[in-house]
Amino acid sequence: MSDATTTQESAYQTDALIAEDIDAYLEKHQHKTLLRFITCGSVDDGKSTLIGRLLYDSKMIFEDQLAALEADSKKMGTQGQQIDFALLVDGLAAEREQGITIDVAYRFFATEKRKFIVADTPGHEQYTRNMVTGASTADLAVILIDARKGVLTQTRRHSYLAHLIGIRHLVLAVNKMDLIGYDQAKYDEIVADYTAFAESIGIKAFTPMPISGFMGDNITSLSENTPWFKGVPLIEFLETVEVDQVADQSKPFRMPVQWVNRPNLDFRGFSGLIASGVVKAGDSVRVLPSGKTSTVSRIVTLGADLDEAVAGQSVTICLADEVDCSRGDVLSVADAPPEVADQFESTIVWMADEEMLPGRPYWLKIGTQMVTATVQHPKYQVNVNTMEHLAAKTLELNAIGVANLTTDKPIIFEPYEANRYLGGFILIDKITNATVAAGMLHFALRRSANVHWQALDISRETHANLKNQKPAVLWFTGLSGAGKSTIANLVEKKLVRMNRHTFLLDGDNVRHGLNKDLGFTEADRVENIRRVGEVAKLMTDAGLIVLTAFISPFRQERQMVREMIAAGEFIEIHIDTPLADAESRDVKGLYKKARAGQLANFTGIDSPYEPPVNPEIRIDTTNMTAEEAADIIIERLIP
Amino acid sequence: MTKLLTHLERLEAESIHIFREVVAEADKPVMLYSVGKDSAVMLHLARKAFYPSPPPFPLLHVDTTWKFKAMYELRDKMARESGMDLLVYHNQEAMDRGINPFDHGSLHTDMWKTEGLKQALDLYNFDAAFGGARRDEEKSRAKERVFSFRSANHRWDPKNQRPELWNLYNARKAKGESIRIFPISNWTELDIWQYIHLNDIPIVPLYYAAKRPTVERDGMLLMVDDDRFPLKPGEEPVMRSVRFRTLGCYPLTGAVESTAATLPEIIQEMLLTTTSERQGRAIDHDQAASMEKKKQEGYF
Repeated sequence: MSDATTTQESAYQTDALIAEDIDAYLEKHQHKTLLRFITCGSVDDGKSTLIGRLLYDSKMIFEDQLAALEADSKKMGTQGQQIDFALLVDGLAAEREQGITIDVAYRFFATEKRKFIVADTPGHEQYTRNMVTGASTADLAVILIDARKGVLTQTRRHSYLAHLIGIRHLVLAVNKMDLIGYDQAKYDEIVADYTAFAESIGIKAFTPMPISGFMGDNITSLSENTPWFKGVPLIEFLETVEVDQVADQSKPFRMPVQWVNRPNLDFRGFSGLIASGVVKAGDSVRVLPSGKTSTVSRIVTLGADLDEAVAGQSVTICLADEVDCSRGDVLSVADAPPEVADQFESTIVWMADEEMLPGRPYWLKIGTQMVTATVQHPKYQVNVNTMEHLAAKTLELNAIGVANLTTDKPIIFEPYEANRYLGGFILIDKITNATVAAGMLHFALRRSANVHWQALDISRETHANLKNQKPAVLWFTGLSGAGKSTIANLVEKKLVRMNRHTFLLDGDNVRHGLNKDLGFTEADRVENIRRVGEVAKLMTDAGLIVLTAFISPFRQERQMVREMIAAGEFIEIHIDTPLADAESRDVKGLYKKARAGQLANFTGIDSPYEPPVNPEIRIDTTNMTAEEAADIIIERLIP
Repeated sequence: MTKLLTHLERLEAESIHIFREVVAEADKPVMLYSVGKDSAVMLHLARKAFYPSPPPFPLLHVDTTWKFKAMYELRDKMARESGMDLLVYHNQEAMDRGINPFDHGSLHTDMWKTEGLKQALDLYNFDAAFGGARRDEEKSRAKERVFSFRSANHRWDPKNQRPELWNLYNARKAKGESIRIFPISNWTELDIWQYIHLNDIPIVPLYYAAKRPTVERDGMLLMVDDDRFPLKPGEEPVMRSVRFRTLGCYPLTGAVESTAATLPEIIQEMLLTTTSERQGRAIDHDQAASMEKKKQEGYF
């Protein structure tokens, strides 16, 4: 067996040029391109060893790091007295102790032709989110297989995810060939297995190669141990494969506007990173969503204006005409603009511990647009091990599903398959601000084009003026038995006596009709409140003062209704009663039932109540009567 | 007709994109400026991102009073040229207690830099701070996000980071929380040098070799930059041709013997050298994974 490590100098080169003619060397190296790739494999596939080997062979490891590595290898290495390359790339202290990589780490190395950024992600099932994250920016994926084990469940999972994220180039690295004696028949069998699987999930092409990260076979040069292998070594493949930045240029021009550059009255430029295509001074462009067209007058960068700019460049574009354009808009080639829509089919990868709530409003960020979006119940969830479609009511951490989603205003988009940067989005929790999901838009639903707002001749102002009042929603929230209905009833009576036009929506009554199909799970409660919110909104359009008495336990849903209703018309009233008081009253006997376990998901008992942080009105029922509470509310409403 | 962007062009575009996202979404951003080569590249990228406007945020130097003289000179010059406001912050308590690197060891870094930075961010209410950390510097940084969230008391939780997909950054945060943003996360030391070379970016002359008064202590070559340097009995500054691969407080920053007096020569030396950049800094040697610990406590 030849020692592959000694034959590697040629591919990476410490380059005689560095010592002889540094200027020539620099000139040459300033023209390198950049390839981003991801390595997928489990702890045992030798992934960290392969990456450590790439860094080591490309001289990215210095003497002090090597000394530390040798010391570490003796202390906690798994390779006996040999250098354990894996220790080079296992980062955080806690992870080092556990011996596993639990996050995405980025590594860098370079060869003569290219700089490489490697996303190193773990193979554990619970870390789907990390792999999707690492893959989202990758041009290529290296799928590692342990030659002794062949195609495993996790191999299928990694390949499915890489394909889902739209990685165009897949390398199937059959690793640890040294441990099976470089057996060609075994290798061929693994490749055949994988080919069958890849075809079944729509992977059109992949590049297999037999390697050993530990021994260095077929990494930088073809190994003598595998004379039957007719491909190129891994590094050569990575150096020559086409990067996405090139492919992106052949698509139509699109640039999401990040920032309007306005240093003085004479200059107005639109700054952004070009997502696809090429733009030249003099090109006709369209601003979306307005659809206005203009001509590119300048492409500005520090130093000098450019004649043209391509996908992947950050520029500032000036237009010949004064057209409205701000952050979130998209500049596009004039004759082939992207679509604008507000309902989509999407694939969603859920990334938070708290499961997805259909109907709950989340922030959706796509390009530089930020809107509110709600996701419907998933059509199905994908089992990432078997690719089976499963029925699902929601999505949990690391679940992948297909669902329709609706945005509160139309967004500019392209199908993810056509453009990662106009089709990929993240969902953000409105309260915790956590990134809870990533997703890919597939297509706009036909409905969004067909449902139009009916323009009304009689405006909401007309309705309100006729009634001589300002519409409002008095939103009573609080525990069951807090006194919401009682106080709301009193308030309504007083308002009617003052000749106001009112309507009271009561929780129990609505559940007998409009919402009788809904139960008390978290998801159903969200939908319950959404519907009540929409009804209340219609009533305010009709000029009414609406009173609603619903437990409405979740902050997010009350916030959702607040955002539906016209500014200033939503008045949140917290009927604040200690749980013990409400329970001791127990007018409907519900607490008793809940305590006895006969009533599930009961607020305050086994389902949380999230009190308002800043309600317009807070009623402390421990120190006033219902009558006094009603007077306080009237006073606030009609001063 | 396809234009292949070079790796430096791609890195530059990514960094500029990050700068602009923060300015578009944060309330009060600031750029931490430490006058080193990474800061030099950061400043250049910031100017490029917003040109012809000046970068719409100030520069903040959390100073220890123990930087090299040449660093203070370049700092003031660059602030003038960029048209940006320069804020210099000194931790008053460290000042009053006379905390210094000779007598106080790691307390020096902790009080002047870690505490000083927190105090400065709180004082000015900055909710987003650009920093020049790179993922290639140290193992724990390889996993750092571009947007790194800090609790109201500035702590970093490596287990609770937001995933970053495509080029979508989630900059939303609660009141009191702040973000540290690292626009040059994906640059390596070589990228930095090449970019400085290509763009003629001014750097502190200490990066170039020259005859300088030095003493050798604990295996490190220290430069006697002013008369606050307490010489031990028998220690005599010796003129050596040295340069610095990294710049910090002069008593904590080791020089390397070198004759590299031009940028290409520096790059040449870097490529042929066999020790990593951070070895010149005393701060990393304390304990295994020490940088990670410092970061959890709020050090950049």
